[in-house]
Amino acid sequence: MSTRTRIPSIFRPRKAIDQSVLTQRRAPIQKIDRRNVLRSAISLGALSLLTGCDVSEEDTVQKVLRTVSAWNDRVQATLFRPNHLAPTYDVSQVVKPPRFNAYYDIEDVKPVDGATWSLELTGRVANKQSWTLQHIYALPEQEIIIKHICVEGWDYIGQWSGPNLRDFLQRVGADLTARYVYFICNDDYTESIDMATALHPQTILATKYAGEPLADPFGFPMRLRTSTKLGYKNAKWVKAIEVSNDFRETFWSKQGFNWFAGI
Amino acid sequence: MPVVKSKTHERRLHPLPLRIMHWINAIAIFIMIGSGWKIYNDDVILGWLHFPDAVVIGKWAQYGLQWHFFGMWIFVINGLCYLSYGIATGRFRRKLLPVSLRAILATANDALHFRLAHDDLTHYNAVQKILYLGVMAIGILIVISGLALWKPVQFSELAALFGSFQTIRIVHFLCMAAIVGFLLVHISLALLVPRSLIAMINGGPAVDRGVARAAVAAPEAEPSH
Repeated sequence: MSTRTRIPSIFRPRKAIDQSVLTQRRAPIQKIDRRNVLRSAISLGALSLLTGCDVSEEDTVQKVLRTVSAWNDRVQATLFRPNHLAPTYDVSQVVKPPRFNAYYDIEDVKPVDGATWSLELTGRVANKQSWTLQHIYALPEQEIIIKHICVEGWDYIGQWSGPNLRDFLQRVGADLTARYVYFICNDDYTESIDMATALHPQTILATKYAGEPLADPFGFPMRLRTSTKLGYKNAKWVKAIEVSNDFRETFWSKQGFNWFAGI
Repeated sequence: MPVVKSKTHERRLHPLPLRIMHWINAIAIFIMIGSGWKIYNDDVILGWLHFPDAVVIGKWAQYGLQWHFFGMWIFVINGLCYLSYGIATGRFRRKLLPVSLRAILATANDALHFRLAHDDLTHYNAVQKILYLGVMAIGILIVISGLALWKPVQFSELAALFGSFQTIRIVHFLCMAAIVGFLLVHISLALLVPRSLIAMINGGPAVDRGVARAAVAAPEAEPSH
């Protein structure tokens, strides 16, 4: 599988992290890390003037910044136009293969076996029967040629097809008035989106790229593709969907990335 | 005829609200540039340009993003207050207008020959006027391009004016570069003429509003032929 030239990225470390070293030296590593954070936070004095907070602690700064990030989630939900379509592109502009992105390297992708895979449904869904890949493939497909925009700044045009998420949620009797839809993945990734985005006409459960079943690094057998979110919200290797009213932090939001991540 | 100063007409060169907005803006710009550099580093536009860790804000990508989307509120809200204030009080009209090409060339020539007069802080020369007006226009453009970068789908009509998503990034980046260029000149001159820096703290010399207005009105009174 060929990929594009790699640039250094937090989404794509050069090589897998040797966890044993981290475990052995956990205490000193955390100490160094903490000191660097304090040193690099050069404008914290300015922040203290504005907020009146004691910003000598990284935790306090994070608390303020994450509060603003949560406020930005609400602003973005307000700005969201439920039926406004993202620009679409011509088949000739599609990049093949798509650009790989994950929090680990492409060699570390664990392929999913399509024969044993099934999609589980949990939460506020009337019909919780699980779905085999054959059943998913039998559903009507929608194709979208849209831009994938990464939080890092790069983008590419991709051609995705699969069942429309709104149609699917209706078919399984999901509570469409619930607040969130969660995607639980075959790796330890989880992502969630707001219901308004789940019901957007350009939100699909993609099973194909450029007319072919997804390749392993890009989410085989099924992934989320929505035109209104940054790349990291588009969970790959989805194995379960949960409809819920409860907010839980997801893989990247736990680490401080914006949860809504709308574009 | 001696000008009789009355307390009610006397005011400082830089009124208090203006000074507060200036320094809030300084903090906001500092946050926005430092965190913007951190975000830029994750997918560089210029292959040779990577901002060193020592000058960026945010140790990790997410911290840079958090600072940027925190600082934007300060920059935008304060900027809107500043623009409204400048227009409503007539300060922009008094201080920055009119500005003619001939005056700019003359001042630039003086500056290159080190003949610029600094004794009157209350009067901006043509180069200062064009720099201040220019940086304000860039400030507006950086917000508009930032909005298009943040919401290229929700504001797809705005984003389309720029062309592609990568074009918006380049516009946003060039606006930053222009502001950094402005700051180099602005801060150097403030340090070379410390009275101007102090004036932005204590308000500077008292100016009579009536006199200031009359001075601006004078050229307009010239015969047109």
